Parts: sequence; structure tokens; C-alpha cells
Amino acid sequence: MRDAFVARLLERATADPRIMLITADLGFGVLTRFAEALPRQYLNVGVAEQNLAAVATGMALEGHVVFTYSIGNFPTLRCLEQLRNDACYHGAAVKSVAIGGGFSYGPLGFSHFATEDLAILRALPGMTVVAPGDLWEAEESVDALIAAPGPAYLRLDKSSAGRTNAAGEGFALGRSRRVRDGGDVTLVACGGILGDAVAAADALAGEGLRCRVLSMHTLTPVDGAGLAAACAETGGLVTIEEHVVSGGLGGAVAEHCLEHGLRPRAFARLGLRGEFATTVGGQAYLRDVYGMGRTAIMAAARDIAARK
Amino acid sequence: MDTRALARRIRVHALRMVNRGGSSHIGSIFSEADVLAVLYGAVLRVDPARPDWPDRDRFVLSKGHAGAGVYAALAERGFFPVEWLDTHCADGSRLSGHVSHKGVPGVELSTGSLGHGLPVCGGMAYAAKLAGKTHRVFCLLSDGECDEGSNWEAAMFAAHHRLDNLVAVVDYNKIQSLAPVADTLRLEPFADKWRSFGWEAREVDGHDHDALRAAFGASRDRPVVVIAHTVKGRGVSFMENSVLWHYRTPRDAEYDAALAELTAAAP
Ligand SMILES: Cc1ncc(C[n+]2csc(CCOP(=O)(O)OP(=O)(O)O)c2C)c(N)n1
Repeated sequence: MRDAFVARLLERATADPRIMLITADLGFGVLTRFAEALPRQYLNVGVAEQNLAAVATGMALEGHVVFTYSIGNFPTLRCLEQLRNDACYHGAAVKSVAIGGGFSYGPLGFSHFATEDLAILRALPGMTVVAPGDLWEAEESVDALIAAPGPAYLRLDKSSAGRTNAAGEGFALGRSRRVRDGGDVTLVACGGILGDAVAAADALAGEGLRCRVLSMHTLTPVDGAGLAAACAETGGLVTIEEHVVSGGLGGAVAEHCLEHGLRPRAFARLGLRGEFATTVGGQAYLRDVYGMGRTAIMAAARDIAARK
Repeated sequence: MDTRALARRIRVHALRMVNRGGSSHIGSIFSEADVLAVLYGAVLRVDPARPDWPDRDRFVLSKGHAGAGVYAALAERGFFPVEWLDTHCADGSRLSGHVSHKGVPGVELSTGSLGHGLPVCGGMAYAAKLAGKTHRVFCLLSDGECDEGSNWEAAMFAAHHRLDNLVAVVDYNKIQSLAPVADTLRLEPFADKWRSFGWEAREVDGHDHDALRAAFGASRDRPVVVIAHTVKGRGVSFMENSVLWHYRTPRDAEYDAALAELTAAAP
């Protein structure tokens, strides 16, 4: 996702001198091509994330579209007040990009797990929150965020669902994508863990359980129409996220459904619950440990199908 | 514009605003009033008829709690009617105690959480350099605010990029909200700190208009910090150098006495 993002950003920035990429000393090897091709549109502010978000705001207020780049919690939680007061309150075009969503940096330990970011960033008024599930969505969200006014958060994963788009498919912020169709249960995923949801759906099809898979790449605004159709047509929902369930995808879907009179007959949220992940390991391993990987998704889908 | 008369009007407006609004920080406003008067009266290239004029100088009040001073200066400069000042801190007013840009022509940045102004100004000044523009970016900080590490991130950034279009002004009144700066978190050697970060530091009497004007002159190749030595509460004898008037609202006899001193003083 990271490479797909940088390649698309370079393409867009080449044609649009307003676009800036600012890193806080991360992206070794990854940002080199961008930095060499467009030195006037690239900046490394050093290990100084508060300044990263503030400089980005100052430039955005002067007419630039600024992408900031760092790992996990650094361009988000470390400078949360700069995002809130400077970028969001002023409606500045600051697009905060975090690579390493969820357990992407699983072997590095807890400081590098981004597992509360979506909930926290989603609480900021005016902030568009996007967590692509596949490479195509990662690329398309670059275009969409350039076009959308104001601040945004783009959360990229190490893993991805590959490329799940159909020929000629269009991408829109706030509109979920139906990656698999089925009428028994809907699996709603955000982020690279979409790949596990797709794998679970394919395996369950072998058991005769037909799952719809929605890629909910945008959390703010969440796709109400997609959820309404899923509730009406499949009756049961499972949300899947590499993140705490409170306030993230599970929270967003639950809030939306209850406020809009959507009543899935059965509903489950997969993700972290009230704990920090303390185990270390690869992304796939940690998904299993914390009950959100393919096996857990299959179990939840069977359970929901039986309950509804 | 007569900057000394402007400073006096800023003080009188602010005293009324704080009294009427039942708000605070009058000592902080009195300490910055001369800096604001010199900037808005003689230095900043701004046009009240076109607050968004692209080539205007930018001014950001980072010590947002002293926003009443900026509102008063803007009103006096004609950015909006002076009558607006009467609504300061009232229900539904656009003039909040901490400075806000929403619906207020001439305010560049809303602040109130300390340590935000200078870093954003770094981005503004950098953008101006990229665009080959010659306008300048001014940021007014308080001394206690310099405890915030974000300022020192910004200081390094500005020096590294040789942002000679950026001017930080520190209202060095030696008092923060609970106690003297020297007893809370020492800043000295303050000018040397800035210099060691790559800035040109100019120390002046922050109530001497000629000295301030001279200090705001251009620099050749680096950002400038003007360390303005000021007196908290300046202009009202019983408020000067007093921690009390950081949070206290001047009421009744105190208000009358303060107003009498300010209006009796020669312009
Ligand atoms: C981040 C942050 N922390 C705390 C405060 C509360 N606060 C308001 S003014 C102030 C300090 C005032 O002293 P100084 O910075 O020296 O400003 P002065 O009023 O003397 O100009 C504090 C701590 C704040 N506004 N922002």
C-alpha cells in the first residue's frame, strides 16, 4: 500500500505543484524517488511531528495540498492537538498519512501498533478518515483526498487484499465497495484485513454459507446506503478491523445502524477489546492471537448466520 | 498612524472588554499592547478593505489568551466596527476570549492552546519562500509559552530553512500564570538560546515604540526574534508586575481606577 500510495502521489504531484509531501524523518528508500523528482515539493522536518502537522497547516493555509507522512501513531496521536486546532479548526488541506496501520509493525512492539487511531481521528470534526483495504483503494484515495477540501487521515497497512477492483469500477469516498456478494451474512472490513475477510468468505462459500464482503474504506463519512442494503438483504453483520472495536469501524457501524433504524438481526464486532496488544509477531499471527483473523471471521460468520 | 495613541486605545478597549465580558488576562494584554500598536500602526502591510489580500503580511497571536488586544487593534485599524468589541465573550459573540478567526476579518489563526502559533508560522513563511513572495510573517509569543517544546521544533525548522521572512516577538514580561518565569522554568540565557538555534536575536524595551519599530526591520539571512522586555499589567500602576492580574477581572473601583490612569496618561 505504501508503495502504491507514493507512486500515485508522485504522479499527481508532478502535474500539480500545489501538492507537498512532508515527512518526519521516515520513509527510508520509499520517498527517495519523490524527493529526487520533486525537491521543491518534498520536505523532511526531522523527528518533530508537532511541527510536521503545524508546518503542513501553515502551508495549506497558503494554498498547498499537504500530505504528511510517518508511521502509525506519530503523525496522529503525537500531534493530535495540532491536527485538531490547526488543521481541522481551520479546514486546512492537511492529509495526514500513517503507514503501519494496526499490527503492520507487529515485531516492533506496542509503541508501533496503531490500534486506536481510527477512533481518535474520527472524533475530530471535519476530518475525513480513510483506511483502504487494497492497493487500488490506496491509489484511488490519493486522488479522492486531493479533490476533497479540508483535512483527512489516510491509514495505510503493510498487508492488503491485493487488487479487488472490477474493470472500470469507480471509487468514491464514503461509498463502500461490494467485494464479494452473498445473501446470508455481511462481512464489513476496513484496512488491509479486508484480505482476511475475502479469504474467509471464499472458504465459507465451500460450506454453502454465502457472505457479502463490504470494503468500508471510509469511516468518515460511513456508507449508510451500503449498510442499509446489507441489513435488508443479508440480515447479519460482522465488522472486522485491526483496531479497538470502540469508536472504530465497529463503533461507526453500530452508531449508524442504531441512529438510522437499521436493525441487523445479528451483529458482531471483531477487533481489540479494551486492551493493548502486548504480544509481538507478524501481522497475520497477531490477527489470530487477537481474534480477528480468517479463522475468527469464519467462526463469527457461522455464529451470526445461525443466530439471525 | 500615531502608534502611542493606538496603544492607549487598545488598552482602554481591552479594559472595557475584559470588564464587560467578565474575562481575564488584562495583565497579558497590557504587556503586549505596545507591540501590537507598533505592528498594526506602523509595520504590518495589511489592508482592512482586503483582509485576504495575498501579499499582506501575516500576523499570528500565539499567546491566544490575550486576544482582546488583537481584536481592539483590528477594530481600530478598520477591519470591523469598533462596536463589535462590546460583545467580547458575550453569549453568541464571535469575539471569544482566546483569539478566533471564525467570522473575524484580519485574524489569521485561532489559538488558545499555547505553542501552536510559531510552528504554523513556519509553514506560512516556508510557503512564501517557495512562491517567491516577499511578505513577512510575524508571530507574537509569551514567555511562559516558550516552555512548550513545539516552539523549539519550530525554531530549528525556521533557522534550518533560513526563513528571514519570519519574525517571532516574545512578550517577555517575566511572569507566567502562577509565578515568575524565573521561578517556574528558567528561560535565561534567553537571547543566547535563540542565537544558538540559528536566529538573530534583538532585545528591546517592549514599550519603547521607536526601539520596537527599529527591531522589526528586515534581516539578511535568518529568522529574527525580537525579545521585547515588557511589564505585565503595564499602564496601570496597581496591575504592573503582578501575578494577580493574569486571571483577575477588573471590577467596580478597580475598573474605575484603571480607566482613570489610562485616560489621564499622555498619549
Ligand atoms: C497548552 C496550554 N497550557 C496551558 C494553558 C493555560 N495558560 C493560559 S496563559 C498561561 C501562561 C501565561 O503566561 P505567559 O505564557 O508568560 O503569558 P503572559 O500572559 O505572561 O503573556 C497558561 C499556562 C494554555 N492556554 N495552553
